[in-house]
Amino acid sequence: MRSAITVVGASLAGLSAARALRAQGFEGRVLLVGDEPHRPYDRPPLSKDFLAGKVSLDDLELSTSDDDFDWQLGERAVALDGQDVLLASGERLASDGVVLATGARARRLPGMPLPGVHTLRGLDDALVLREELVAGARLVVVGAGFIGAEVASTARGLGLEVTVVEALSAPLAGPLGDEMGAVCAGLHQDHGVRLLTGVGVAALVGEDRVRAVRLADGRELPADVVVAGVGAVPCVKWLEGSGVRVDRGVVTDARCATNVPGVVALGDCASSYNNFAGQAMRLEHWTNAVQQAQVAAATLLDKEVPARAVPYFWSDQYGVRLQFAGHRRDGDRVTIVDGDTAARRFVAVYRRGDRPVAVLAMNQPKLFGRRRRELAAAVPQPA
Amino acid sequence: MIAVCALQDLPPGEAIRVDADVPIAVFNADGTFYAIDDTCTHQDASLADGWLEGCQVECPLHASCFDLRTGRPSGPPAKVPVRTHEVVVHDGHIYVQVAARESALA
Repeated sequence: MRSAITVVGASLAGLSAARALRAQGFEGRVLLVGDEPHRPYDRPPLSKDFLAGKVSLDDLELSTSDDDFDWQLGERAVALDGQDVLLASGERLASDGVVLATGARARRLPGMPLPGVHTLRGLDDALVLREELVAGARLVVVGAGFIGAEVASTARGLGLEVTVVEALSAPLAGPLGDEMGAVCAGLHQDHGVRLLTGVGVAALVGEDRVRAVRLADGRELPADVVVAGVGAVPCVKWLEGSGVRVDRGVVTDARCATNVPGVVALGDCASSYNNFAGQAMRLEHWTNAVQQAQVAAATLLDKEVPARAVPYFWSDQYGVRLQFAGHRRDGDRVTIVDGDTAARRFVAVYRRGDRPVAVLAMNQPKLFGRRRRELAAAVPQPA
Repeated sequence: MIAVCALQDLPPGEAIRVDADVPIAVFNADGTFYAIDDTCTHQDASLADGWLEGCQVECPLHASCFDLRTGRPSGPPAKVPVRTHEVVVHDGHIYVQVAARESALA
């Protein structure tokens, strides 16, 4: 019987876990520790409507007056001692259960920090960046992943001249494959964004402020603003010496349990075994944070774990909504089963042999929802 | 009162979006009709595109559910219920009586 549980990380994953603990009947203390001063807020709009100035901070806030937790915001966790959490302030939070939800931080380019060069992960990043996205400015986005593509889309809508640089042969070739990556490339081109693929960045040019991006092939792209969307690194360094196993994230089983009893992990900082994919995955996606929260809470409270859903993510680029469910590997075969890629309105299914393993849609939420459920129906349940 | 469609155009398990001042989604949940504001929070997803299961509709984007009877969300990012509206079936047609703007449960 636990009496106090500390949740480290007060973003969507941590908040969702704290709520799940309450929803599953935990009546003891729930301490929510967050290193940002802000209450939990919704991150997806940071690269879209918030960056464009269309929604306010109030619109992003996720917590409500129903959230019955002991908030410890603006506090950094520096160590985990058994099930006690040590804060930078020197305070020790005595707990008999710990939820690790510390998320991830944006990877940086060599040469950062340099004024004019940004990453976008949190609210403060978005506040600084949006001041620099003025019409007519030249923006170079490094990395055509979700953050990069969404920032490029938003900036283009704000009237900036945008160039996107991607080291792979196509945007989102990792999650979506080359063929669908080429369709994503078309979204940029449709909207007058210059996309350079298959080329890396060698250096940022500028002393007091960025003025260009030098590519690996020697070309220099003039830049007033640069955004680096080159991935994220899980925030797990503070766990060194705790005994918790880390390998590209906190290692957990499908139930979010770590190797340390009474400690669970979820969200962007966790490398969790995924039944659908049949492997450990670090899923940096919104829905995963919410769904894993139910699992983590059940595990900590020794309750039956709810069924895991299929991995799912979405992205909004240039008015087109991409939705993807499942897990793709090299060698999977993709076919369009509805609609037309040229119209940017279609559903594509990926198959491994004859077995559907993933589905991608652009602007087809209803059909996508049905296909996603079909994938879920095929998920093998834990023994 | 807003005319929605003929009864046969909204079979069980389906939803239809009505473009009113604020868009409204009308659902046939196993033969019972419900109507709620169509938009999940941040105005970025249409609930009429969501998955209907019993009296719950799942946002097609966030996968959080809304209870068709109360408008209450099951999880983030929605914080407040969406408005619910009365559905009237008359002479083989479906109509919605739009609720006052402030009537969502506090």
